[in-house]
Formats: sequence, structure tokens, C-alpha cells
Amino acid sequence: MSFWEYVSTRHAQLLTDTYQHASAVFQCMVIATLLGVFLGVVTYRSEWAGSLATTTTATVLTIPSLALIGLLIPIVGLGVAPTVIALTLYGLLPVVRNAIVGLRGVDPALVDAAKGIGMSRAARLFRVELPLAWPPILTGIRVATQMLMGIAAIAAFASGPGLGNEIFRGIASLGSANSLNQVLAGTVGIAVLALLFDAAYVLIGRLTISRGIRA
Amino acid sequence: MPETTDQPAAPASGANIRLENLTKTYPGSPAPAVEDVSMEIKAGETVIFVGPSGCGKSTTLKMINRLIEPTSGRIRIGDEDVTDIDPVKLRRKVGYAIQASGLFPHMTVAQNIALVPKMIGWPKSRTRSRVEEMLDLVGLDPGEFHDRYPRQLSGGQQQRVGVARALAADPPVLLMDEPFGAVDPITRDHLQDELIRLQHELHKTICFVTHDFDEAIKLGDRIAVLRERSHIAQFDTPEAILTNPADDFVSGFVGAGAALKRLNLTRVRDVGVVDFPTAGIDDPLESIFDRLRAGAQNELLLLDRNRRPYKWLRRSDLARAKETLARAGTLVTDTVTRDATLRDALEAVLTDNAGRVAVTGRRGEYIGVVDMETLMNNVHELLEADRLEAVEHQHELQEQRAHLTQREQEGLDEGGGSRA
Repeated sequence: MSFWEYVSTRHAQLLTDTYQHASAVFQCMVIATLLGVFLGVVTYRSEWAGSLATTTTATVLTIPSLALIGLLIPIVGLGVAPTVIALTLYGLLPVVRNAIVGLRGVDPALVDAAKGIGMSRAARLFRVELPLAWPPILTGIRVATQMLMGIAAIAAFASGPGLGNEIFRGIASLGSANSLNQVLAGTVGIAVLALLFDAAYVLIGRLTISRGIRA
Repeated sequence: MPETTDQPAAPASGANIRLENLTKTYPGSPAPAVEDVSMEIKAGETVIFVGPSGCGKSTTLKMINRLIEPTSGRIRIGDEDVTDIDPVKLRRKVGYAIQASGLFPHMTVAQNIALVPKMIGWPKSRTRSRVEEMLDLVGLDPGEFHDRYPRQLSGGQQQRVGVARALAADPPVLLMDEPFGAVDPITRDHLQDELIRLQHELHKTICFVTHDFDEAIKLGDRIAVLRERSHIAQFDTPEAILTNPADDFVSGFVGAGAALKRLNLTRVRDVGVVDFPTAGIDDPLESIFDRLRAGAQNELLLLDRNRRPYKWLRRSDLARAKETLARAGTLVTDTVTRDATLRDALEAVLTDNAGRVAVTGRRGEYIGVVDMETLMNNVHELLEADRLEAVEHQHELQEQRAHLTQREQEGLDEGGGSRA
């Protein structure tokens, strides 16, 4: 059976997997973004808190994803829970790091001006600092998403959702008729998803970054 | 919100500012950055803080809107003690313009200007018309600049928008921290002229920080020369500081050429222009010759049909003028108006080979002549008058101080000073 025949006979299953893969990555990215920006906002003004946040999230990234999911199974069980936790943790680092770098990179003279014209702390953060730090934060989110695309495939190891299931099934039945097609379908699917997400980010950037600071 | 009114009120003119024993000590540093500054700034006055880098002039300014919280001392604006009120509220009533404009790059010109009116809850329609009004006020065409981003503006334009933003909510007080420090000299000159014009219309109380003494002379009603820790070396009018610097520090800061700088402060209309023998170009030759021979001066000024200076005519030129004056005399190349500064007049006199320059009115018509001698005499008189005034002024200040001390002592003696 050729690859195309395989895809056309199994397209229902493949589409479900693809949708679940995308949905898992998207939802985890939303959580990681909210959490990451929050951590950045809380820590960027203190030297040590900022480094602590960056180092902690960087340490998480050094744990092999398979190991992390393996470690999570005895604690939270199989399925969606370990997938979401692992993906969110991995997605944090680029967001946190870029949020801190971005917020620290805002010209102090502008923060001074914002204070000087009578903006409250919250107004300064939401109307001046975050909009100016948004381009690097968005880059962080983009990098994190790319990374999660690949890591999400591992989630199938813990019976998680997504295209990883195709890949694992293929690997488990190596030598059988469709094993190679299965691995290939999973991989190609992930690559296509990654490209689509990237295109979406370009669009989001266009829509959310002010024309006044767009490169 | 109590501040919210639908009717645009009459523009708020300045409020007086009183700084009382302001001190700022940064944690971990033994010496205060600003020590015991007391100063009274009158409503509608432009006061310039000038001093060398690191003398604390910026720190002093930022304590007025409490961007830097004073360690001790009080700040009063108008009748209100603002030392302990909510700083955010205070700052919305005090305009603030900084070097390199401080415009937010992600907002359009209009959004930048509308920030403070929006924050204090002006209705949308009023904010919108205010933005147009402010752009107009600082000399930018609203239609063209409304939707531009700061990076699409030149440095001078950005600075104008910065001033417009600072003035948008019509604060009685405007603080300016080296606002023109980052623009080229020509634009700076222009912006300074604009500020003078604006202040003429608005009568705000302006505190302006600069390290450029010439800028201080040009803009200030009074100048506070500050030395390290913001100690006031002298706080007086530009004239007084130029002619009677309080000490070596001030005269060092005023720099060489105080007398020359003084010339910038006086205009030709303030000094006497002398009369000069003139003749019209259509006068008969005979009468011109007669006048030249009879006059005490051996020269006269020939005016054209619109009574504008045309030619200098010397007695020696007569030999060449047989039938007509077409070839005789020297053409007038340079004139000054009555609004020219004495410095401009001196420049013109120095370049003229006979050491005099014609003064003209609005349409270029002849009014009189300024020569080296009148300039010299006038400048001497001016400087002498300044000196006398300054001495008198210092006398007054000393008396006032003595009076105050006496009153304070009396108050203390009565235990608590219940008497006002």
C-alpha cells in the first residue's frame, strides 16, 4: 500500500489525530503564555527573581520529554493530564525568558514619562510596557509552539491524544505492511501543523503589533 | 469623577510652587543628592534650573511631581500641600515633558496627546477636539499629523508633540527636563521661540531644567543657578545674574562674555537711536550738496522713494557726482529693525566699514541710525543700571530674610506660634 493510499483510507482517523494534536498544543500554549507572561511580569524587576524564573524553566527543558512524561504517569495517571502538564512546562521557558527580556528592554525614559504623566502602575504595565515588550514575547510564543509540536508526539507514550499515536503504532509494529506509512503520516502531519501555526503567528503579529514599532 | 466637566473651561494659568527644605538622600549614599532646597516660584513664571551635570537639578525637578520622593521637606502647589497626596493624582495636574520627547512609539500622535485627558475622564468628544487644538497650538497640522507614529516625525516635531501631550489636560504647572537637549541647534532655537510664544499665550508656571546657560537666559523669567547637591548659588533674573554674579561659581558658569550675552536681552527699541542727516533721492542735487557742506557730519543717508535707506553719501563722493548721484556713494547693505537685539545691531555695526547701521521700521522705512558710540554708551548705562538694581535687589532679599528670621524667632518664643 502506498503512502497516499494509506492516507486516503485512514483519513478520518488521521484528521482526528491531527485535530487533537493541534488542539492540545494550542490549549497548552494558551496556558503557558498566560503563566509565562505572568511569571515575567512578577519577576522582571528583580535581578535574582528574574534569573530564578529563567533558570527554573530552563532546567525543566533539560529533562528529556519521555522521562518527564514517564515520571508524571505515576502521579497523575495516563491520558490528557500528563500531556497537558508536560507541554505547559516545556512551553514556559521561551515565553518567560522573552517576557523578562522584553519587559527589561523597555526604554526607562518611556517608563519615566509614563509615570510622569500620571499613569498608575497597572496602566503603565498594560498600556506601555506590555505593548512594547509584545514583539519579543510573541517570538517566544512562536518558538515554544514549534517545540511543543514535536514534544506533543511523545505524549502518545502516556496514551495522550494526537499524531504521536500514529508514530508509536508504526514503531511498535515495525516490519508490518503499514508501519512505515504510519510513522510517515504522523511526522508529515506534525510538520504541516507546525507550518500552519507559524503562518497564524505571522498573522497575529500583523494584527497585534502596533505599526509604530513593527520592524 | 469631580474633575469631569463637559464644558471646556478657560485655560488654567499658572499656580505658584513652593519648595520647603527639600532633601533627597538615596539609601546607601552618605551625602544627600539634593540638600535643603527652598524656593518660591511665582504663578505664571518661567524658572530655569541650570547647573553642571550631576548637580541635582533634574532630581530637584522630579521631586516637584514626586517621580523622586523627597526624603524630607514639603512641596506646595497653589494652596495645596502635595507632599503626601496620591502621586498619580498629582502628576495628572502637572505637565511633564522630557528629553527626546518620551512619546510612546506604539501609539499615534493623537493617542499620545489624548492619554492624560482620557485618564482624568474627559468625554470622548472633548478629548478629540482638545487633541486638534493642541496640535494646532504647537504648530503641527492636525490633518497631517493626527495618525502618524512618533518614528515618522522629525526630532523637532516629536518634541512639539511631547509638549502638546504635557499640556493636553491644561495643567497649571509644566515641568520640562532638558526637553530640547537632543535636537540640532537650529531646531532647538526654533523650539525655544515656540515655547516663548506658547508661554505668552498660556501663562503656565514652568520649571525648566537645562545645562545650557544661553538657553536659560533666553527662556527664563528667573534663573536658579545650582551647584552640587542643588544648593542655590543664585536665583535671580537673567539680567541680574549676568551683571552681578553672586560668586565665582556663578560667574564661572555664566562663562566668558557676560556683557555680550547681556546684549541679547535688550532690543534696539530700548536704546536711543540717533538722528542722521537724510535726503530723498528725488531732492534737487543742489540742496543735497548744500546740506552735506553745511552739516556737522560729513556724510548723509540717501533714502529711496519709500523712505527706505538707499545709499551712504560722503562729502568726498561729491566730486564724482557731476550731474547725477547714480554712481556716487555706497549702497546700504545691512539694516536692523527695532526688534533686533543689541547683539545683532553690534554685529551689523562691526561689519559696516564706517561703524554705523540704519534702523528701519516695519515696512523698511528709515527711523534712525545706531553707531558704535551710541551702542557703547547704551551698554555702559545698561550694565550700570543692572548693577544698581541687582545690589538693591540683594539688599531687599537680605532684609526679607532678616525679617523672616525675626518672625520665626518670635513665633518660637511664644511657644508654638499660634499667631499667624
